[in-house]
Amino acid sequence: MTRRKLIGDSLTFLTAGALALDIIFVIAVIVLIAAKGLGHFWQKDLIELKLNDGRVYLGEIWNRESNPDAGTRVRLKVGNRDVSGTDFIWVDERQVEVQTIPVNAVLVERSEWGNFYGYPVAIRHGDRILAEGSAAVMRRFGSVHAEKSRQLQRIHEIEKDEIGDVNFQIEKLRLTLRRVELGGGDSAARAELESQLDAQQYRYDRLVTKLESLNAEFESERLVLETADGIERAIVLGHVIRLVQPNVLSAVDAIGLYASRIGEFLTAESRESNTEGGVFPAIFGTVMMVFIMSIVVVPFGVLAAIYLREYAKEGLAVRVVRIAVNNLAGVPSIVFGVFGLGFFVYLMGGSIDRLFYPESLPNPTFGTGGILWASLTLALLTVPVVIVATEEGLAAVPQAARQGSRALGATRFETLWRVVVPAAMPGILTGLILAMARAAGEVAPLMIVGMVKLAPTLPVDGNFPFVHLERKFMHLGFHIFDVGFQSPNVEAVKPMVFATALVLILVVLATNLIAILLRNRLRRKYAASAV
Amino acid sequence: MNSKLERDPQLHNHRDLETVLEKPILAAESLSLWYGASQALKEISLSIPERRITALIGPSGCGKSTLLRCFNRLNDLVDGVRIEGDIRFHGSSIFDPEVDVNGLRRQIGMVFQKSNPFPKSIFENVAYGCRIHGMNRKRELEEVVERSLVRAGLWDEVKDRLHESALGMSGGQQQRLCIARAIAVEPEVILLDEPCSALDPIATAKIEELMQELKERYTLLIVTHNMQQAARASDYTAFMYLGERVEFGETGQLFVNPSEKQTEDYISGRFG
Ligand SMILES: Nc1ncnc2c1ncn2[C@@H]1O[C@H](COP(=O)(O)OP(=O)(O)O)[C@@H](O)[C@H]1O
Ligand SMILES: [Mg+2]
Repeated sequence: MTRRKLIGDSLTFLTAGALALDIIFVIAVIVLIAAKGLGHFWQKDLIELKLNDGRVYLGEIWNRESNPDAGTRVRLKVGNRDVSGTDFIWVDERQVEVQTIPVNAVLVERSEWGNFYGYPVAIRHGDRILAEGSAAVMRRFGSVHAEKSRQLQRIHEIEKDEIGDVNFQIEKLRLTLRRVELGGGDSAARAELESQLDAQQYRYDRLVTKLESLNAEFESERLVLETADGIERAIVLGHVIRLVQPNVLSAVDAIGLYASRIGEFLTAESRESNTEGGVFPAIFGTVMMVFIMSIVVVPFGVLAAIYLREYAKEGLAVRVVRIAVNNLAGVPSIVFGVFGLGFFVYLMGGSIDRLFYPESLPNPTFGTGGILWASLTLALLTVPVVIVATEEGLAAVPQAARQGSRALGATRFETLWRVVVPAAMPGILTGLILAMARAAGEVAPLMIVGMVKLAPTLPVDGNFPFVHLERKFMHLGFHIFDVGFQSPNVEAVKPMVFATALVLILVVLATNLIAILLRNRLRRKYAASAV
Repeated sequence: MNSKLERDPQLHNHRDLETVLEKPILAAESLSLWYGASQALKEISLSIPERRITALIGPSGCGKSTLLRCFNRLNDLVDGVRIEGDIRFHGSSIFDPEVDVNGLRRQIGMVFQKSNPFPKSIFENVAYGCRIHGMNRKRELEEVVERSLVRAGLWDEVKDRLHESALGMSGGQQQRLCIARAIAVEPEVILLDEPCSALDPIATAKIEELMQELKERYTLLIVTHNMQQAARASDYTAFMYLGERVEFGETGQLFVNPSEKQTEDYISGRFG
């Protein structure tokens, strides 16, 4: 073998090796996140440990590690935060006398205080006992719980829809009144508004009374449970989300439980300051923000690229602009956040408030962070990507096609609009795909232009005008940060962090996939350039 | 060569060049053109007879394409072009400021050396010109597309895949599609710039055959550096050399009995 061949061969191995390493890293990331995130929803057995000093624990084995001196210790998730104050304990395995998997042990998922592990005792309604003993409680629970769910739904309807609507009307009337006052309006109109306001206030009071009685009824049943060390607790049955006997689950039930937990995670709102429940508002916020960003960035980026490539005369000015655009893509994203705050939120938002919402001042409407400003900030951040990709797409359209169009009597604009831009569409979509991937992953700049830990309402709801671009919103990226690093119980939320990260990856993947499918369809249709 | 004259009765009736050229559809009058400082066309005068095929021959770089692009003012798109002299279309100047250039290009269509279908479907390629010039109704467009494809001899080959991409066709089909695209807007003149130079002999033969049919309706002006093609397919031939029109005449006459020494040298293959 000659030396030159040797160098050539080793180069092949080097490049192939680098690629293989890249692929392995990517796969490792996804596999790790998927395993940790998806494992969280699978129900493990409940173990009861009797220790030689008389303590008894019931819980799920979280992890196991070797002691500093000898033997191993296990970390047990014991829940019952309201009773014992902590979710987790360490047990030295040398101290364990008896380890059992009790058939009757139950896991209660509830809307506050985290999980409860213990044994069912009874279901009570006031002093009346509806069911007593483990088997009876389990049998009775289903029907009572179903009724509670219906009541809860009714309560939510009243809270969110009816009271929400009344609040919305009252706020609107109040602002109208204020506007009339600001304009020094006539007293007849004012009286009319005030009487309407009174009517709404009356409606509100009636709804609150109704809500109070519903709530009292909702909270009337208690589920009585006993902890492993014999302490009794009565939990409001309505607050129970799930009651499971993990140690006697059939395979089918176990899979059903797993699926229902994943479903809840994807479709429900979060509970207990994001450490439990679902991430739906964050998914919604992320997708909607990326969507608005796309609507804004595509026209702007495409028009700018068309000007640069098709109209501007090549020269120093164009070169400088092109360099500036490319460098814009390298500016740290937090800088865009600061700019967004200064320009969009304070300047534009402030002006909009002064012009269109003077009645609600000094409370800002658009003059504070919101999903619109966040989307615009991101559009600014991603517009260079779209410009560059579109320019490449335009450059790939053959000059001959343009000449052919001009020779048929088309004007320059018609040629551009009907031949060049459609042929450059795959390139434009490539730009959009890159922009969306970047936008969905940005967190830093959003923290100062409208993203929040917990938004009370989605940016879309049933109140006119249905889409509320001024509202604050939740975001998967921020959710990961918030849950992972800002919650008191870091160990308990770890799986949530992985699961949320997995969802974020899947959301980015899904949005990209849609755009890629669209691009492939266009490419097939035109069988055009490979940009 | 003589046999060709016998074969073409139309030509028989117009043997006299002067008679045919009394009212040419297109005429260049001492046309000169400069690309920046270099002169590409020198005082060219040339009359194009209506509903005939006129061939432009000459060695490569002599200005054939440049002259062709003058007739539909496609040189307007090139920076730094300067033109002197005139071109008359139906007797009036095409450089008149009143002239609507896009309207002119509709009347004088063009087919390029390298086929250049748009990255669209076959249907949309043919319908393109009509849409540009304001035809929107689906039925009308369908009629035009079918008629144009039939005239371009392409209908039978593509009628089942009108909505597939034009870029999936063979080279010869693409070139005939470009011809169909040009005739869809009902031009009077079609300029063809070496339409067969990238095609195989069978596809070339098809296009030559097509040209014979097209001259019933249209005036054709074809650039070729293939002298056999000019001799086979054209009624009149102009020979250009270094930006000048050296000789112009009936094809049979020019090939059998050229009056200029340069023409004779070129067609007998002594240079070019
Ligand atoms: N766009 C252009 N800019 C400058 N010079 C050109 C341009 N197009 C053609 N030329 C020059 O004009 C002359 C004639 O070219 P062309 O008309 O293409 O010749 P032909 O078609 O006969 O081969 C050549 O010398 C060529 O280099
Ligand atoms: Mg040429």
